[in-house]
Amino acid sequence: MLTTEEKYEIDKAIHHVPEKKAACIEALKVVQSHRRWISNETLCEVAEYMEMSPDALEAVSTFYNMLFRKPVGRHVILLCDSISCWVMGYKELQQQITKRLGITLGETTTDDRFTLLPNCCLGTCDCAPALMIDNDLYRNVTTEQLDEILKKYE
Amino acid sequence: MEKPLTQHIRKDGRPLTLKEYEAVGGYQALRKILKMTPKEVQVLVKESNLRGRGGAGFNTGLKWSFVPLNAPKPKYLIANADEMEPGTFKDRILLENTPHQLIEGMILSAYAIQANESFVFLRWAYKTAAAVITNAIQEAYQAGYLGNNILGSGFDLNMHLHIGVGRYMCGEETALLNSLEGKRAIPRAKPPFPQVSGLFGRPTIVNNVETLCNIPHIINNGAEWFQKLSHTGDAGTKLYGVSGKVKKPGAWELPMGTTMRELIEEHAGGMQDGLKFRGALPGGASTDFLVSEHMDVPMDYTSVAAAGSRLGTGTLIVLDDKTCPVGFVENLQHFFAQESCGFCTPCREGLPWVEKILESIDSGEGRHEDLELLEYHTKALSPGHTFCALAPGAMEPLQSALKYFREDFETHINEHRCPY
Ligand SMILES: Cc1cc2nc3c(=O)[nH]c(=O)nc-3n(C[C@H](O)[C@H](O)[C@H](O)COP(=O)(O)O)c2cc1C
Ligand code: SF4
Repeated sequence: MLTTEEKYEIDKAIHHVPEKKAACIEALKVVQSHRRWISNETLCEVAEYMEMSPDALEAVSTFYNMLFRKPVGRHVILLCDSISCWVMGYKELQQQITKRLGITLGETTTDDRFTLLPNCCLGTCDCAPALMIDNDLYRNVTTEQLDEILKKYE
Repeated sequence: MEKPLTQHIRKDGRPLTLKEYEAVGGYQALRKILKMTPKEVQVLVKESNLRGRGGAGFNTGLKWSFVPLNAPKPKYLIANADEMEPGTFKDRILLENTPHQLIEGMILSAYAIQANESFVFLRWAYKTAAAVITNAIQEAYQAGYLGNNILGSGFDLNMHLHIGVGRYMCGEETALLNSLEGKRAIPRAKPPFPQVSGLFGRPTIVNNVETLCNIPHIINNGAEWFQKLSHTGDAGTKLYGVSGKVKKPGAWELPMGTTMRELIEEHAGGMQDGLKFRGALPGGASTDFLVSEHMDVPMDYTSVAAAGSRLGTGTLIVLDDKTCPVGFVENLQHFFAQESCGFCTPCREGLPWVEKILESIDSGEGRHEDLELLEYHTKALSPGHTFCALAPGAMEPLQSALKYFREDFETHINEHRCPY
């Protein structure tokens, strides 16, 4: 069941567009912000609310990088793997993360604390390598700084 | 040297408030054009020779002129702030620091095509920009620059911020429209062009953030002034950037037509100690390599095209002599293969194949025939063979790498290892 709060936020998005269906991406964003990820059940609930078939909504949800159709941890590490970060050595950061957290790309720590995902260019190429954790951007990250950064997230 | 786009950016990184923007002449262009006809605005911008900063370099005023002015409401104006081209970080600077310059540019552009609805299509990763733009839109509504009957002129404009959910294709203008309509971001067939049938089937203009930010200055200072900002025939300034192993990576607003040499040696401080320049992609991941012989090519649309590449986004990615060109191109092809929307076969099937071939060459398992296979793809995925420009864009760095760094590919194959 969608909560009253979720419905309220979805309705706000619907208000901006001429057809209800056009707000379906917004609707998925809303539920993900409350539930971390979009389960099959959630997807069906949103589809019903948006008056769409679940498979039509599934086609949309699986297309976009930032809609999570699998469970993620409390914090999501987005490691930029694009060209400038590659040149500046993102692979070393990746190895360090694996060493510290025991997870590689696409995996979640057993305590549900972190999920590590590769990510396309974060648009801060003059400060490569870069990564984002939840809403926070970190630039010119060194392997030494990484330990300190990870500590901030429980 | 004039820097209209960036001169008022504050050193402390705080965005200009509405008051501060007004104090440096902000929203004067709006007052000026409300006394002009939309056609007059279009002609002025066309004569300025402003070319789209999103990569394709199409004349902005000319693009606007394809919108049927007397079409019934609604019409749409969209700022493309999806910046996801690898190696590109220029729009972020404008979005985070001078939000009202963008908003004013959007109001002026909307007026020129008589659009009453507008969207900023912003990339999800730009969290600071999202907060800054949200606040600035609110300020503009409160000041009467947005909403109904703007400054008593009878012209109405609404503006919404749309935050995307991540996909390179969202930057392609017709795919962006599909995404705004709540669909998969796959491109649309052209014609009909968005200017005639765009968002929800209505006339729509999509312009890049940097393009739009230039509009207030053109209105205030005129077409001739704008042309004189440039060193060459392509008008205006350009927000250039350099990333890679240079001493001081960064972005700078400079006259259009600044050379690659000046960008790398002066502004970026030269290569890091012990490293030599081997080549650079002049405008993001989907442009052909330029090499040492091109150091003095003016970085404008016309000259870079004559040198066999594209100005693209004007943000250089530098390849040094200790970085493997095969690995470099492999990283790019991984990106393109992953971001292919899968709509047409040559791209959906071809890009992963190219990536796999490069992977095997890089890991020492390549064969000489693989180079022919790569050459084949650069032709099979060239313009006209795929539905949109993603795949041809992907082939640009590959075909030029095969041309300029061929010996590196051959060494990998002959020695069965990566020599770097
Ligand atoms: C795959 C692909 C991605 C693109 N991404 C962007 C982008 O992030 N930002 C942008 O302004 N233009 C992007 N473009 C170019 C747009 O399609 C379009 O040409 C541009 O937004 C038009 O604005 P302009 O005329 O002001 O340059 C992209 C094109 C392609 C083919
Ligand atoms: S070229 Fe690639 S990205 Fe473009 S439509 Fe075809 S499959 Fe999609």
